[in-house]
Amino acid sequence: MINKIVPSLAAAVAGIRDGAVVLVSGFGASGIPVELIDALVDQGAKDLTVVTNNAGAGRTDVAKLMAMGRVRKVVCSYPRSAGSVVFEELYSAGKIELELVPQGTLSERMRAAGAGIGGFYTPTAVGTQLGEGKEVRTLDGRDYVLEKPLKGDVALIKAELADRWGNLTYRMAARNFAPTMAMAAEVTVVQARRIVDLGGIPPEAVITPGIFVDRVVEVPHPKQPGQE
Amino acid sequence: MAAKPLTRDEIARRVGRDIPDGAYVNLGIGLPTLAANYVPSDREVVYHSENGILGMGPAPKPGTADPDLINAGKQPITLLPGASIFHHTDAFAMIRGGHIDLALLGAMQVAANGDLANWSTGDETFPPAVGGAMDLGAGAASVWVLMEHTTKEGAPKILERCTYPLTAAGVVDRIYTNLAVIDVTQDGLVVREMAPGLEFGELQKKTGAGLRLANDWRTVQV
Repeated sequence: MINKIVPSLAAAVAGIRDGAVVLVSGFGASGIPVELIDALVDQGAKDLTVVTNNAGAGRTDVAKLMAMGRVRKVVCSYPRSAGSVVFEELYSAGKIELELVPQGTLSERMRAAGAGIGGFYTPTAVGTQLGEGKEVRTLDGRDYVLEKPLKGDVALIKAELADRWGNLTYRMAARNFAPTMAMAAEVTVVQARRIVDLGGIPPEAVITPGIFVDRVVEVPHPKQPGQE
Repeated sequence: MAAKPLTRDEIARRVGRDIPDGAYVNLGIGLPTLAANYVPSDREVVYHSENGILGMGPAPKPGTADPDLINAGKQPITLLPGASIFHHTDAFAMIRGGHIDLALLGAMQVAANGDLANWSTGDETFPPAVGGAMDLGAGAASVWVLMEHTTKEGAPKILERCTYPLTAAGVVDRIYTNLAVIDVTQDGLVVREMAPGLEFGELQKKTGAGLRLANDWRTVQV
């Protein structure tokens, strides 16, 4: 029988190893899986590479993980968003690595990883600093940069509804990176606001099919980042 | 008459008039977002946000903001009837695949050949950040830049070649500043409109690349 539901946040993040590449969904504060990140803080894994669009804000969730020295490297597109302090402090002290990736490339690299694509050519970043050192190819008269897939050991995502097969829906634009990250990780871990019976999500309404999902924990009152 | 440079609001108003009915438009943070307020009410424009939204509407009434409905600048928004929500990879497929008719962006510098610099000044005292700027520059069918004509110190922002790190090469189609409306063409920069009272020689002095005045140039109507 298929049952991806796990009984606790601790169970959801069990086994995440030191040095893991962790994909964390969210755009600004929207769609950040706060409870899962807090569980990872408690779980203790360190030397992590965190892949996320922004590098945290304030001193909670992702910022907290960084402030505790548990993150070796961040792969992101915009680390300087409003309210971000911890990343800047660590960066100027030389205590954290940054791989800056254009947002669309970040997304497409993860999609490639999830979709079994070995590499792809994008026009984004051609002729810029972020295209330096990469193979450039002219295809049908236009220049493209070769980008490689970006795979995670773990994805932490926030969903609205889930069932025991791992089918997911999302709330409004909290969706953002989650469906792509769900495909791109070895182990996809979900905090869902509500778990419903199998069949409780109409097939046409499923946004992430459960084939991509490994663990689901119910978090009925998810916090926004920075919320007490 | 002394020259009367446009205010930020007037630049936004001028651009709003040019956004065509039925266009799919991505608005950059800052001055570009103001332009949406000035699109004539008989036009329907669909606004795209990089975090997976088409059909963004006005800001919510105070106290009704939904944290799961924000734009690229992380400000709360509402949705219009006909809006759709999708994931990031699709949002950027729309951008990179040329489906966005028009990207309105701010800039630090624009070059005569259309090179765009709007993500970095090369200052290494804080971490670099790029977001969706490079994808928008490379992917949008048309790129219009809205910006002041010069820096606070009076240095030109339109140059022969950008000195700041590039966002994208050769992508800018039109520049709207507080002094002029300028098209970027194969034959160089062509001035279509100038601010009230501005003489062409004055405009050229404040620009770091050669300008040509269009035969049918006009004063900016605000």
